Amino acid sequence: MKKKVMTVDDSRTMRDMVSFTLRGAGYDVVEAADGQQAMNAIAATKVDLVITDLNMPVMDGLTLIRKLRAVPAHRTLPILMLTTEADESKKAEGRAAGATGWIVKPFNPDKLVSVVQKVCG
Amino acid sequence: MDDLSRFKQTYFDESAELLAVAEAGLLRLAPGEVDMDEVNAIFRAVHSIKGGGGAFGFNELVAFAHEFETVMDGVRNAEIPITTELVDTLIRANDVLARLLAHAADETEAPAGTTDDTVAALRRFLGKAGAPAEDVAGVPPTATMLHPDDEDDEAGIFGDALAAIQAARDDRPAAASSGTIPEGTLRWTVVFRPKAELLLSGNEPTYMLRALRRLGEAEVVCHLDKLPSLRDLDAELLHLSWTVTLLAGPQVDRARIDDVFEFVADDCDITISAEAPPPAIIPPAEPVAVSPAVPVPAGPAAAATPITPAATTSGTAKPGDGAKRAGGAAGGGDHAGPTTHTIRVDLDKIDRLVNMVGEMVITQAMIAEHLRDLPPGQFQELLEGLEGLAQHTRELRESVMSIRAQPVSSVFSRMPRLVRECAAATGKEVMLVTSGETTEVDKTVVENLVDPLTHMIRNSIDHGLESPEERERVGKPRAGTVHLSAAHRSGRIVIEVTDDGRGINRAKVLSKAIEKGLVQPGSTLSDEEIDNLIFLPGFSTADQVSNLSGRGVGMDVVRRNISSLGGRIGVYSTPGEGSRFVLSLPLTLAVLDGMVISVGEERFVLPLTNIVESLRPKPADLHGLVNKCDVIMARGEYVRLVHLHRLFGIPKAIDDATRGLVVLVETEDGSRLGLVVDEVLGQQQVVIKSLEANFRRLDGVAAATILGDGRVALILDVAGLREMSRHGAGNGTGSSVPSPPSLPAPADRTDQRQRQTV
Repeated sequence: MKKKVMTVDDSRTMRDMVSFTLRGAGYDVVEAADGQQAMNAIAATKVDLVITDLNMPVMDGLTLIRKLRAVPAHRTLPILMLTTEADESKKAEGRAAGATGWIVKPFNPDKLVSVVQKVCG
Repeated sequence: MDDLSRFKQTYFDESAELLAVAEAGLLRLAPGEVDMDEVNAIFRAVHSIKGGGGAFGFNELVAFAHEFETVMDGVRNAEIPITTELVDTLIRANDVLARLLAHAADETEAPAGTTDDTVAALRRFLGKAGAPAEDVAGVPPTATMLHPDDEDDEAGIFGDALAAIQAARDDRPAAASSGTIPEGTLRWTVVFRPKAELLLSGNEPTYMLRALRRLGEAEVVCHLDKLPSLRDLDAELLHLSWTVTLLAGPQVDRARIDDVFEFVADDCDITISAEAPPPAIIPPAEPVAVSPAVPVPAGPAAAATPITPAATTSGTAKPGDGAKRAGGAAGGGDHAGPTTHTIRVDLDKIDRLVNMVGEMVITQAMIAEHLRDLPPGQFQELLEGLEGLAQHTRELRESVMSIRAQPVSSVFSRMPRLVRECAAATGKEVMLVTSGETTEVDKTVVENLVDPLTHMIRNSIDHGLESPEERERVGKPRAGTVHLSAAHRSGRIVIEVTDDGRGINRAKVLSKAIEKGLVQPGSTLSDEEIDNLIFLPGFSTADQVSNLSGRGVGMDVVRRNISSLGGRIGVYSTPGEGSRFVLSLPLTLAVLDGMVISVGEERFVLPLTNIVESLRPKPADLHGLVNKCDVIMARGEYVRLVHLHRLFGIPKAIDDATRGLVVLVETEDGSRLGLVVDEVLGQQQVVIKSLEANFRRLDGVAAATILGDGRVALILDVAGLREMSRHGAGNGTGSSVPSPPSLPAPADRTDQRQRQTV
C-alpha cells in the first residue's frame, strides 16, 4: 500500500512541488494550507508522514507539531519541518516540539525523496 | 529540475498575489501602530516568493528577496522601528521584487544594478539593527541557500549532532573514508544504539537499517540485551540496538552512512568504522548478547543502488545520492501528475459556456411557453419534467456565473497606493478605510471598476478633502478619511466612496453650470440636483483643474463607464461634513431573474430584485398632488406613481391604476416607486442582451432580452425610471435639468430590429 504524506504549506507552489515530487516517487499526497487544516484533515484520515512549513497563517508549523504530539496516536508519527530558515534556533525549537527532522527550502526533488524515505520508508 | 519547470506558472501567479498582499500590507503600515499580523503576512509573502524562486534557480531574485525578508524580519522582531522612510523603502523593494519576477517570467536578465539602490537602502535599516552590512555588490548572504549541494544546510541533524558526527569522524583514520582501497570495497561496521525515546520523535530505526542495506551488502544483527520483561515493557520506548556489517563499493563514503542517521545522531550512540579488504570477520564492538541475525527486508528503492553515476566519487558524495537516482527514475516514469484543487481555464471557454447557458435559459423558457397551453391534467409527467428542467437550468446558470465571480479585493487592493500617491501630490493627510473586499462580482465588472474607482478616489482626495491646516481650523482631525466599501444589496453590488471633507460647494457648482450653459439662469434646483450636475459632460469648476484629477476626465466619463456596465452613480453631499458617491452595478452581465409585465401591447421585464410587491389600489389609496404627480398610499407610506405608458408613449394601455396593477419597486438606495402596468405576466429568467451594443442607451432601460415567444422586451432600470418620472412630473421649472424623458415610440421599432439582429 502506498504511504500517505501530508504537505502543509500556505504556498500553493510549494504544496504542488512537494506533491508532484512525492507522487512521482510513489507516495500518496494530501495537502493542507495551514496547521489548522492539517489538524482537521489528520483527524479524518491516517497519514504516514507530515511535512510542514513553519511560518503559516492561522496555525504555524511548530504549534501543529506540538498539537500532533499531544495526541497519543501521533506520538510516533514522523513529522518533517520544511523551512527556508536554516538557523539553529528554529531547528532546536522544532526538535523540542517533537519534529522528526527537517528539510531546508529550496530543496531539490531528489533530496526531498531521500529524506522522506529515510523517515517513512 | 526540469520536473519543476511546470510549476513556474503557478509560482508566478502565486507570486503576483503575494506581491499584492505585501503591497497592501505595506501601505497599511504606519509609524506607531504596528499590526503584527500584517507584518507577518508581508514577511510570509516575501518569504514564499523567495522560497519558490530558489526552487527554480532565480538567484538574483532570491538574493534580493532575502535582503527584503531580512529587513521584514527585523521589523517583525521589533528591532527595526517603523518609519515613513522604512515603509517607502519597503514599498520600493516590493516594486523591485515585482520587476525581478517579471524578468524571471520572461526569462530575461534584469538590467545590471536593478537592485543596487534598494538593497543599499534596505541595508541601511539593518545597520541600525546591528546586522552586518556588506558591500552592496558583494556576494549575497543567501549564497549558501542557493546551492543545494551544500548538504548540511539543506537537510540536517538536530542540535549539535553535526559536531558529534564530526567528532566521530575524527576518530577514524583518514584512509577509512577515502575509498581508495584496492578491489574497490570497504567493510563498514556500524554500531547503532538508539536512546529509548527515539521513537517519540517519529524516527523509525527500521528505515535506517533499510537505508544502510541500500548502500551495499549488509548483515544486520539485533541486540536484545536491554529488552525488559514483557511486564515492564513500554511499547513506545525503544529497547533494541543493532550492529550492521556493510560491504560497500567505493561510492559509499562516511558521509553517506552519517546521512542515514542524520536526524537521530543526537538520540543515539553510534560508532562507525571501516576496514579495507581482505575482509576479516569483525566482531561487534560491544556484543553483550548476540541474537541470530534478524533479516531486514530491502527498501522500496533498493533497486536504485546499482545505478552508480561516474560523477559520484568518494569524498564528494552527497547524502541522498542513492535516493536521488531512485527518485529520479520514479519521477521520470509515467506516474500520475499532481492533482490540484484548481484548474486554469481560458476565459473564452467560460464565456462560451456562459453564452450557451444563456441560450439554454431562453430555450427552456420557450418550451415552457409553448407547453403552458396544454390541457391541465394531461401531460403531468411532461410538466413535472419541465419543472425539473427549469430548476436545473437555474442552478446551472448560478454555478456558471459563480465561476466568473471575483472578489472586489483585487480592485480595492490597488487603492491604498493610489491614496498614498494622491496624498503626497496634494500635501494632504489621508486615511483609507476599506470594507467588504470579499464581495464577489462578475469578473468583467471587477475589471471595469478600476478606472471609475481610481477617478472617484482621486476626486475625493483632490476636491473633497481639505488641507490638514484647514481641517484643523474647522475642528476636524488633520488626516481626512476616505472610506471605500462594497456590499451586495438588492441583487446588485453597491460600492461607496465616502469622504469626510468639505462637501460639494453648491453655489460654485451652480454658477459654473449656468456659466457653461448647462442650466438656465434662474432655475430652481434641489440640492440633490445641483450635486448631480457634476456628472454632466463638460462640467468642470475652474479651480478643479489640478495635475491630479483635472486630466480631462470628468465625472461624466465615470458615469458613462458605469452606465455601460448597467450601473448607476449618485452623489450625496453635506456641506462641511463630506460627500458620498454611491455606485451600483449588476452582479453579472449575462442573466437576470425578471418579472414580465405588459403595458398596452408592449412587454417589459422588471428585475425581480427591485420588486417589493404588486397591488391593485382602491380609489381611496390614490392621491393627486398639485404638480400633477400622482402618489399612492402603500403600507402607510406615500409612493410616487409612474405610468409607464405615459413615460414611453405606449398607446392602448390602462391609465387608471385602479383598473390595472401597481408594481411597487425599490431602488438600491431604498426609495420606492409605484409602476402602473396593465398586467403582471409572470416570473422568468432572461438573458441580458446589451442595448448599447445593438442599438443605443435609453433612459429608464437597462438592457433588452428575448422572451420565450421570441419577442424582444426591454429590461427596465428602476432608478432610471425614477429620474425620468421626477423630471417628467415637473419640479417647478424642471426643463433645465438634464435627460428629459425621451423614449417615445421608436422603442417598438427597436424591438423589431433587435429581434432580427440578435
